[in-house]
Amino acid sequence: MLGRRGTLKFLVGPPSLWLALFFLVPLVLIAAYSLRAGSGAIGPSEPWAPSLEHFREVLGTPAFVRLLGVSVLMALVIATGATLLAYPVAYFLAFRAGRRAPLFLTLLLVPFAVSYLLRVMAWKLMLGPEGGINSLLSTLGLTAEPIGLLLYSRPAVIITLIYIWIPFAALPIYAAMQRIDRSQLEAAADLGAGPWSRFWRVTVPLSLPGALLTFFMVFIPTVGEYVTPALVGGTDGIMYGNIIGGFFTRSANWPMGSAMAMIMLALTLTLVVVGVRVVNFRRVTA
Amino acid sequence: MRAVGVGRTRVPLGPFFVGMLVLLYLPIAVLFVFSFNAGTTLSFPLRGLTFDWYAAVLGDAALLNAARNSLVVGVAAATIATVIGCLVAVAVLRFRFRGRRLLLALAGLPLVVPFVVMGVAFFLLFVAIDLPRSLLTVAAGHSVIATPYATLILIARLGGLDPALEDASMDLGATYPATLHRVVLPLMGPTLVSAWLTCFIVSFDEIALAIFLVGGDPTFPVFLYGQLRFAQRLPVLVAMAVLLMLATVALAVVALRLRARSE
Repeated sequence: MLGRRGTLKFLVGPPSLWLALFFLVPLVLIAAYSLRAGSGAIGPSEPWAPSLEHFREVLGTPAFVRLLGVSVLMALVIATGATLLAYPVAYFLAFRAGRRAPLFLTLLLVPFAVSYLLRVMAWKLMLGPEGGINSLLSTLGLTAEPIGLLLYSRPAVIITLIYIWIPFAALPIYAAMQRIDRSQLEAAADLGAGPWSRFWRVTVPLSLPGALLTFFMVFIPTVGEYVTPALVGGTDGIMYGNIIGGFFTRSANWPMGSAMAMIMLALTLTLVVVGVRVVNFRRVTA
Repeated sequence: MRAVGVGRTRVPLGPFFVGMLVLLYLPIAVLFVFSFNAGTTLSFPLRGLTFDWYAAVLGDAALLNAARNSLVVGVAAATIATVIGCLVAVAVLRFRFRGRRLLLALAGLPLVVPFVVMGVAFFLLFVAIDLPRSLLTVAAGHSVIATPYATLILIARLGGLDPALEDASMDLGATYPATLHRVVLPLMGPTLVSAWLTCFIVSFDEIALAIFLVGGDPTFPVFLYGQLRFAQRLPVLVAMAVLLMLATVALAVVALRLRARSE
């Protein structure tokens, strides 16, 4: 008879194998590639010589470093913007929507199930020079020439990505707010705290882990974005991820691209670790 | 007792929420209108009503093929991710063993690696093991990025189930696998479906990873991305997208309903 212990290896084995092969091995491989000499599309069977040349080149090229800085900054702005805008949305769902909260939540999430390429395209249809808003304005005789609305620029990328992330960003905050014990708010009220004081001193601290989770759930995919910048960013709006992608497609230089990817990964993980330290998850959620 | 609702701030959160919904649904409404519009640009006044674009979808073999590819990849990736998530959830919540935290970290970490890094890392893996890029490689990649979602959803559900149910089943003579099969799985049923659908949607809309892993046979987002520069192709793509949108929304609503019911 197969007992509990005997079952364990069947529970642990397949996930470990799959994730080792398709998650750990690729990461080890990209780390190894970033540390090998040579350039171009070099195969794994060609000679490996350890070298830091690619890291030196990336960090020694002001354009790359600047783009990395700009991308991190954009991701910070986007993640902060999405978190701040999603916070009142989550607050409404958790404290004001009452019985209709599940319906409102569904309404909020439906757009997120629509292909994001197409939601971006819809904005282009509206904002572009031949788009809906410009043609509406000129039909009504309000403008003579199309106005260059925010398209093909860095602000366009920022606005588009904040907009794309808001529904998803509300989820972790909403979950954290749902876990807040309502009696704590009542206790604060009984002790004479007004609505704002209750909000700042009870709700905000208790929902902070959710807000931080939101921040990283937006920041991590955003810092490596290369699809949205290519769609609405134009030539001035590209991000660090576009350069990484370029080294694996147009101008193949795999070790160089790997080094750039490793630098971004290291930066991302550092920020996550710092963030988790700052808000001690276990203390707040326990 | 004083209710918390008394003395709330006067911040108009309701209108804010409605405004947000309007902003979120606006582009979707635009796509919908555009798919019935006789012109190839969205200029006012609209040229007239047509169903031509929807008819054209049915005759567009490349487009239908891309949609079918995404369906196949999504089903494969969601199934793998859900199985992994389920095994990890049971192992982590019902057993104490060496490497328990490591397993949990492994299943959750794909969430903290930017897709572009994951994409190029997979690219190098498939070059190294000499596996030509195809829908298979996309499915493998998607199964990994969907695993954290399945794991988190299933751990949340299994954490709410009383382990005493399993003890009772085993006291009555069932083996542990039989207990998992006949007690735990049925209780997790709706959550398994909702986890699967979440993973499916993650895969179906994914492009950043897919671009690096797809061979000559594109998934729908990759195909769409390649076609976006041809303005005259836009209405047919949008018509197809509206059809897919309705299907995805139906799936999403089913997923949310199932999760709400099981909680």
